[in-house]
Amino acid sequence: MSETVSSQAVDALLPEVAALIVEALNLEIAPDEIAPDAPLFGEGLGLDSIDVLEIALVLSKRYGFQLRSDNADNVRIFASLRALTAHIASQRTK
Amino acid sequence: MSALPLITGLGLDDVLAWLPEGPRRVRDFLADADALARRLPPGTALLNVCHDRYRFAVGFAAGLVSGRVSLQPASQSAETLARIRADFPDVVCLGDGAFDTLDLPRLDFPDVLDADPEHVAAIPTIPADRLAAILFTSGSTGLPQPHRKTWGRLVANGRAEAVALGLDRSAHTLVATVPAQHSYGFESSFLLALHGGCAFASGKPFYPQDIAAALDAVPRPRMLVTTPFHLSTLLAAGIALPPIDRILSATAPLSPALAAAAEARTGAPVHEIYGSTESGQLATRRTTEGASWALMPGVRLDQDGDITTACDGHVEGRVALSDRIELLPERRFLLHGRHADLVNIAGKRTSLAYLDHQIAAVPGVVDAAFFLPDDDAAGGVTRLAAFVVAPTLTRRQLLDALRRRIDAIFLPRPAIFVDALPRNSTGKLPRSALQALYEARIHHAAH
Repeated sequence: MSETVSSQAVDALLPEVAALIVEALNLEIAPDEIAPDAPLFGEGLGLDSIDVLEIALVLSKRYGFQLRSDNADNVRIFASLRALTAHIASQRTK
Repeated sequence: MSALPLITGLGLDDVLAWLPEGPRRVRDFLADADALARRLPPGTALLNVCHDRYRFAVGFAAGLVSGRVSLQPASQSAETLARIRADFPDVVCLGDGAFDTLDLPRLDFPDVLDADPEHVAAIPTIPADRLAAILFTSGSTGLPQPHRKTWGRLVANGRAEAVALGLDRSAHTLVATVPAQHSYGFESSFLLALHGGCAFASGKPFYPQDIAAALDAVPRPRMLVTTPFHLSTLLAAGIALPPIDRILSATAPLSPALAAAAEARTGAPVHEIYGSTESGQLATRRTTEGASWALMPGVRLDQDGDITTACDGHVEGRVALSDRIELLPERRFLLHGRHADLVNIAGKRTSLAYLDHQIAAVPGVVDAAFFLPDDDAAGGVTRLAAFVVAPTLTRRQLLDALRRRIDAIFLPRPAIFVDALPRNSTGKLPRSALQALYEARIHHAAH
């Protein structure tokens, strides 16, 4: 498990993570409609802290790691789909 | 005029708070509050947005001993802050992290306080009728509504909760996932420590792993102060949990199944709190023991037809409750749901009428109605849906416009675009028609 993950690896994982978010939150958009670099909160996808916990639960089941807010805060990890995907790629255990 | 101590149930050398770097005694806390009070600019109001529970507590005490009221809005939107500024021109904002205070004067919580705990000789007293805190709800009109809390009532509030939960006989360390500013967190993590003899952990753990770590870091017995949603995700995460001695839940109904699962998993009794920001907390129950609630000491409920009013004890004045209530003997009662129109999503309240008004005001919306589906998610959060007639708008345009008007938690999920709403001959929208439409569209979408 490495902190540095190639951007190709992140790009490859993006559609899968986008699909997980759409499914977990019952969003009415197609996964490829989530712009990789748009903010997930506020003016972007409009997620809130409840969504974050829902996503965290799905991620822990799928990728085998727990999010912790003391080693990396929500604001950074959830800054965009790409940031979240990069975090998953560097932390996943399965 | 009577005066009541800032802290009861703890002595100067008892531990009040657990920080990552270790325990803080009552005398450390009092010295910190004094030191902070000396740094506060002149004024009568303190907007305390500190995330850290200990810093919030120090700020609150500093304000109290220097004659300031603590302002605790439910939302920190620009509109709310502007209104607070208008109503309290000398307000200063005390914060400990990234926070957009707009043009409010602010004081960042100092990294180092020039405090001298060994010279603290006594716990200060505060006049019982001093206005200590103003909590705000969004109100059905959308304007922040102030709810004033005097020091005497807050002291009674903390004591009543400790007695109702039996914590007065067995002090616990409190680990809370809810903010100290909001009504439930304020009462059950802050007042319960100040006047229930408990100590509190300074953090606000969020993810399941954070909650487990925060519990593990403080001495037993420990009480987790949380919400059905946090509790549900904590159990679902399937991680190892340190021993938990009690669990407290509020802000939304806790399903008996989730309560039973939590008790089976942790061995800790799970209690719920019923109340509102206006009334303060009113009653408790152990969810697995049945549906009825037991009133807290001193509090009384009066009924006139459908309307139930809380008064006495730590309740400020007389407060009409938004729930339908059936009184039972021996100070117990049953809840039978909200009065129509009121909506509570993850502890934030508004009314469908207000939301309908906001969505109708979006340019391009011809007709629209919000809809709260029947609760079905055990421990989950039910989200609002909306039916919208807006032929010229995209979903994105609608949501962008709504986001500027209402709290994000109330944004419709889904927003269902339709050609017409199922209005009856008098123009009304029967809930049954909306329910049918919702089921048809959700069913349709699933295939």
